[in-house]
Amino acid sequence: MKKLLSGNEAIARGAYEAGVQIATGYPGTPSSEILETIAKQYAEEIYAEWSTNEKVAMDSAAGAAYSGRRTLVTTKQVGMNVLSDALLYTVYTGVEAGLVIVTADDPGMFSSQNEQDNRWYARLAKIPLLEPADSQEAKDFVVLAFEISERFDTPVLIRTTMRTSHSKSVVIEGARGDAPDKVGLFPRKQEKYVCTAMWAKKRHPVIEQRLVEMAGYAEEAPVNSLEWGDRSIGIVTSGVTYTYAREVFPEASFLKLGMTYPLPRRMIREFAAGVNRVVVVEELDPFLEEQIRAMGIRVTGKDAFPPYDELLPDTLAELSVKAGLVTGEKASLAQVALVPAGLPPRTPVLCAGCPHRSSYYWLSQMKIPVAGDIGCYNLGCLPPFNAQHTMGCMGASVGVLHGMSIAGMPEQAVATIGDSTFFHSGMPALVNMVHNRSRGVTILMDNGTTAMTGHQDHPGTAWSLHESEAPHIAIEPLVRAMGVEKVITVNAFDVKQVKEGLDECLAFDGPAVLITRGLCAQIMKPSTVPYAVEQDKCIACGTCFKLGCPAIVKSDVMVENTGRAKAAIDSTLCVGCDMCLQVCPVQAIQPRIETEGRTEK
Amino acid sequence: MKSLNFLVAGVGGQGTLLASDILAEVGMRAGYDAKKSDVLGLAIRGGSVLSHVRWGDHVASPVVRRGQMDFMLAFEPLEAIRGAELMRPTGTIVCNTQPVVPISVSSGDETYPERADIESALSATASVVQYIDATREAVRVGNVKTTNVIMLGAFSAFLDIAADIWEDVVLLRVPARFVDLNRVAFRAGRSLVEEGVKQ
Repeated sequence: MKKLLSGNEAIARGAYEAGVQIATGYPGTPSSEILETIAKQYAEEIYAEWSTNEKVAMDSAAGAAYSGRRTLVTTKQVGMNVLSDALLYTVYTGVEAGLVIVTADDPGMFSSQNEQDNRWYARLAKIPLLEPADSQEAKDFVVLAFEISERFDTPVLIRTTMRTSHSKSVVIEGARGDAPDKVGLFPRKQEKYVCTAMWAKKRHPVIEQRLVEMAGYAEEAPVNSLEWGDRSIGIVTSGVTYTYAREVFPEASFLKLGMTYPLPRRMIREFAAGVNRVVVVEELDPFLEEQIRAMGIRVTGKDAFPPYDELLPDTLAELSVKAGLVTGEKASLAQVALVPAGLPPRTPVLCAGCPHRSSYYWLSQMKIPVAGDIGCYNLGCLPPFNAQHTMGCMGASVGVLHGMSIAGMPEQAVATIGDSTFFHSGMPALVNMVHNRSRGVTILMDNGTTAMTGHQDHPGTAWSLHESEAPHIAIEPLVRAMGVEKVITVNAFDVKQVKEGLDECLAFDGPAVLITRGLCAQIMKPSTVPYAVEQDKCIACGTCFKLGCPAIVKSDVMVENTGRAKAAIDSTLCVGCDMCLQVCPVQAIQPRIETEGRTEK
Repeated sequence: MKSLNFLVAGVGGQGTLLASDILAEVGMRAGYDAKKSDVLGLAIRGGSVLSHVRWGDHVASPVVRRGQMDFMLAFEPLEAIRGAELMRPTGTIVCNTQPVVPISVSSGDETYPERADIESALSATASVVQYIDATREAVRVGNVKTTNVIMLGAFSAFLDIAADIWEDVVLLRVPARFVDLNRVAFRAGRSLVEEGVKQ
């Protein structure tokens, strides 16, 4: 049947058709929809879970694949760094049943802290790499990846980008592949599955030999193809970039690589010999280019195209004109001049009713250095708060706070971390603070979900991806059990309580944890009526603006002697969280009276 | 078959992603190869959302080049101007007239473009511009959330695809309990344009 699927939905379908029975991962844009689709559509055939982090997901996948189940692991590109320790031993062990990792990279950094090119991981780990160009390929490549995994006894990496994962295109679906009902006893192959040096040393030559054999396979792989056209230019490309290059170079010859590691060297030589000029078109790093240059072939690549950002058709065309690769390209900028410049931006803000708001309200005013973390609360770095001073990766905040402490910084410092991120990788860092006796306050913002990636479960929630009810691991006793002596839990929507809790924690000589509890505004169904500003009472002091709430706006009414605008509340956005009422010094903010109702703007 | 490129422009939360999914699927049902790609801003909600949809015999890139958009469905006037530079000069724009004011404007830091500036920018970049108050029409049929289906209904009048195909796809993609409401909304949107053309 023909369907319009996103790349991620197609990967889920591919897992189904490949006979996959286990799928693990940690949420991360642009990869999250793969497991969500599996859980929604193929739950009977495939067990899917959100693991606590990517490394746990990979270890679990290894165990399942050793046990004889075809297993899929999904991650975003930076999650691969967390996962990699586990990946690198499965390279040595190989598997009983297929093991495939999907990394969804993010050229253009739509929702990531860096733009790393995860194709290097295939080279580092010496494992095969597949790069689909559209949804049909995304599905088909998953099936092929499992065949390769079992044929060569190796984990296989599939690399998508945001564009392949999130674009939709037509897919012809196939049938469910074979999958065993039961698995047998665990294989007692110590020399294969125990990576102790004496055995791992014997495995290394096996890996090198396997790589040679896979390079031979690449020459025949159905996903690598020579597409002869005009021979003056030959494009070597892979992934979605192939589709862009097809637009810009409609007549050229193409070497389309679906398998980009190890490379089909014979095929590349044949292609290079058949064209006048070889051009490597790839997003991010010169991954293909460097390997092809090392074969002694002259190519145009990163000398024409930048190693950053997406290489979208417009960019590719402009740079190709500059490099003399394309002539007669019509400038497509004619319309740009007709549109007014400097349009008002739509900048991201914490949602109306967000429980994180109270913490940043105070941190901003206290001017304390804040080590931040990955999550919606990263928006604390933006105006009006400007209250976050570092942010690097998942779980980094607590470790960075510890570093500030042991460096002997002459002021108090705070780390902010969400509940899901804490379970992901914040826990070891907090234990480290206790063990090494540093000081500093960790604000653990417990909003009961993994909000930023689309509200996935985690161990602190009461449900899981495959079950409607799951054991709920309470954070406060967990933190106490880690040896943190000062632990205070407050209601995140009680602004004063948050300040008192923060002050008490800051006064403590040692690691302290302030748990601010309050459900994410997107999962909590607000029951209260929106609030309103009584304009007569408002003195335009601006205190409520410091909450950075999108529902609180400047009204047209000015206070004469100061020239400052009085506040107003957009009733279509306000969810009645009550924080603005609490901070208003003159009680000018009140819930709307019922009779007033929700007025149209 | 003629290849067509569409831009769906709006603000997070307006249902533009569903609308662009539907538009791509209608193309597939009508016998085209179809692809779509979303360009989402950083904001989960309230950010700019641009979707590219392509129909053709064989579609390569899911992303359309500047100056090659044949149609734009704009759910919001400011977002319409943001997308206008992608339009083909011979193209058609269907624009909802209801603004969604961004934070940068409501905070008093920026000003929302004047209606006249919006109209001149859109008229300069496309040959046909149809304005409809889809938000008001959605409220009239019973639910502001049907704005996206009103827009699709209005837009469907510009294309030579049987209304049945549109309705089938739209009604398959909305929750079961809202099927009747959305049928009404789709037809209301379509007649906004059909009657407008007659006048």
